[in-house]
Amino acid sequence: MSPSPTVPLLARMRGITKCFARVRVLDAVDFEVCGGEVHVLAGENGAGKSTLIRILSGVHTDHEGLVEIGGRPVRLRSPLHAAGLGVAVIHQELSLVPSMTVADNVFLGRPPVRAGFVRVAAQRAEAGRLLERFGIDVDPGRLVEGLPIAARQLVEIAKALARRANIIVMDEPTSALNAPEVEKLFALIADLKARGCGIVYITHKMEEIERIADRITVLRDGRRVGSAPAAELSPSELIRWMVGREMGQQFPRHAPRLGEERLRIRDFTVIPGHGGPCPAVRNVSLSVRAGEIVGLAGLHGAGTSELLLGLFGAHGRRASGEVHLDRAPFEIGSPRQAIARGMALLTSDRKTTGLVLSLPVTANLTLADLRGVSPWGWLRRRQERQAAGELAAALQLRAASLDMEAAELSGGNQQKVALGKWMRTRPRLLLLDEPTRGVDVGAKREIYQLLNEWTAGGIAIMLITSEMPELLALADRIVVLHRGRVTAELTRQQASADRVLAAAMGTVQDDLDP
Amino acid sequence: MSTTTGNGGTHQHHPASRWVGSPAGRALIALALVLLLGVVFNADGAFFRIGAHRDALRQASVFGILACGMTLVIITAGIDLSVGSVLALVAVCFSLMSIHWSWPAWLAIPACLAVGAACGAVSGGLTAWFRVQPFIATLAMMVFARGLAKTVSGGMKVSTAVQAADGTYDYVAVPGIFRAIDSRVLGGNLSVVTVVFAICAAASWMVLARHRWGRQVYAIGGNEEAARLSGVPVRAAKIAAYAASGLLAGVAGLCQAAQEQQGDPEAGVGYELTAIAIVVIGGTNLMGGRGGIGLTLIGTLTIGYLEKILSINAVPEANRLMLTGPIIIAAVLTQRRRG
Repeated sequence: MSPSPTVPLLARMRGITKCFARVRVLDAVDFEVCGGEVHVLAGENGAGKSTLIRILSGVHTDHEGLVEIGGRPVRLRSPLHAAGLGVAVIHQELSLVPSMTVADNVFLGRPPVRAGFVRVAAQRAEAGRLLERFGIDVDPGRLVEGLPIAARQLVEIAKALARRANIIVMDEPTSALNAPEVEKLFALIADLKARGCGIVYITHKMEEIERIADRITVLRDGRRVGSAPAAELSPSELIRWMVGREMGQQFPRHAPRLGEERLRIRDFTVIPGHGGPCPAVRNVSLSVRAGEIVGLAGLHGAGTSELLLGLFGAHGRRASGEVHLDRAPFEIGSPRQAIARGMALLTSDRKTTGLVLSLPVTANLTLADLRGVSPWGWLRRRQERQAAGELAAALQLRAASLDMEAAELSGGNQQKVALGKWMRTRPRLLLLDEPTRGVDVGAKREIYQLLNEWTAGGIAIMLITSEMPELLALADRIVVLHRGRVTAELTRQQASADRVLAAAMGTVQDDLDP
Repeated sequence: MSTTTGNGGTHQHHPASRWVGSPAGRALIALALVLLLGVVFNADGAFFRIGAHRDALRQASVFGILACGMTLVIITAGIDLSVGSVLALVAVCFSLMSIHWSWPAWLAIPACLAVGAACGAVSGGLTAWFRVQPFIATLAMMVFARGLAKTVSGGMKVSTAVQAADGTYDYVAVPGIFRAIDSRVLGGNLSVVTVVFAICAAASWMVLARHRWGRQVYAIGGNEEAARLSGVPVRAAKIAAYAASGLLAGVAGLCQAAQEQQGDPEAGVGYELTAIAIVVIGGTNLMGGRGGIGLTLIGTLTIGYLEKILSINAVPEANRLMLTGPIIIAAVLTQRRRG
């Protein structure tokens, strides 16, 4: 069911190239969306999907290539400009004002006015008509903050429709919805299709792709792998498109020497903070041995990061389950307690949760072990400098001075500081969330080298990485999560990109022979 | 350091320009400009007499003591609006204990400081445990402490005129500790309150720059979540910062009571704003994580001398206030981080 000539082409992007700093995140990508179709944009984390959408919606304006909307070439200047041309994006993080009513939000920025005053009654009536027309069962007079997530998502869509958007981009819209709510959303999507809107749909869930996709375009490493009508692309072929790349021997992983069991968790569950719909991690059981790297795989929202944070005590009592550390029971408490028991956590975002950017490099390196450089409370500055100097040498840190603020370091060197501060606490279990994110190739190799040294010294590592080759090369065992549950546990021999991705997308594994 | 390869960005400038670009350098330039103002408008040489400097320092000391505590709290990315009220509460308590109850200084002073520290600890506890915004928690403490001061004092100034049972007033002697604090040393060239300020500033500097807790305070202000995940006891360190601010407000209250020879429940209104202005003019970042006592010391001198220069030139109070506003803005604009 390829688009027939009678179907209007709503938007077309040709040869889109976009660089951040020197990294090319999109390379000559073509993309188009027609009226009355759901065009799924698929690809692994970091494939360039979000960047492409940001270009279509006018967020990124400095790119190469041509954008046509409604048959006319345009140079988008701003999100407002794109919205005026009919492009609307339903974000993962919603862009509603929680303290205002549904009607206020639907007409946000351009309410019906008379002499400068909002015509509240008229606005409410019009919002009510709009919501009713699309079968959205929400009272326009209610405050958005009182609505469940699913209803907010529908309000967001109503807001797009009020602006007469005909190109509607949905970026993982079901990540916070339960099954009946998903059905409601799909019914609305069918209605929008019938009215001639074009839907660009980003998802990591195989079952959704099978349900609603008319056409699929796959991106990988910033390039377009291909486009095909959904009926002609089998799930296995789709996964091949998403992962298929050469694996070089760029990841030196030494043969592990496995020791005693270091960590065992049973029925580990993490409840999310702000009244999320379901546990972020559900009844996960796994174990890690000394000297072993266990990879945690999962797509966005699968709960891998929550698992590590919960184990480390960052979620306090929202994390529960039976945990044994070195065969002794471990009560999940605070990060302080976890550190005292030999755990260390590298968070996925060094800038917001890893480093204190306003402090000097030295202070960041000793922050996790302040007691070590201040035995009686008073800081021993000579000792601290010496300790930081030794760490910097071991990490091959490139900094003009260890007295400069961490904010002034490059990404790779910041990451080394975030990692290196844990070397002083002598951890026995390292929890690493994206240790090579935003790090250049050279620094990556050095980090891999450090991981090898640490496991050789008997440290156990739990590793999250969204880069498939890295995961397959580094992990001695891979545990795959989908929506907070374990869907596969693969040995090095069993693991392959297809299997990991299929399990991460929720497909049940029936045959696990190598 | 052995690892001095690579390019250092801003660190490769000429030493002089680096000095001028640093927060301390910019704060000192602001102070130098104010002193230059004093040299030009010297009120027929009044600015060149030692007494003018002694008085400028004495008048700035109470504010400086408050500003030291405020610096600690602001570096945690908080604020303490209660210091003016706590000052009044402690001044009232100190006067009651020393004048009416004839407590010895060794008992009255620790008791008063405990009152101040307790007020701060309550604000800090509200912020750390119940996640009340620092602005709100200390605003509540500001109102509460003022009310408590009025309750304790019966709504009147606690002075050396003590009302007897039959309604007549007995005039008692000013306690020795009051006179000691209000006196001068070094041949009359330095006020004792200035010495107290210097001790407070030195102690604050010691803990902030050289103690484990001070490092924790910076880490919390710079990135609270990263600090927590690095094992910093965030709650305890925050409560300690607010308690220290309350303690220093207590010290300022002792000085205030001794200088006025009475405990005025209406004292210290608006002092918290002057303390914040001093911290900000010094260059400590209101967003937390950056700054220090050294900067606050410079800020205290800047504000203190500005006040003195305006007053020896007999600028009316109305004009003085109107000048102070723009000067605060000018100082903060020069402090803004570049790049």
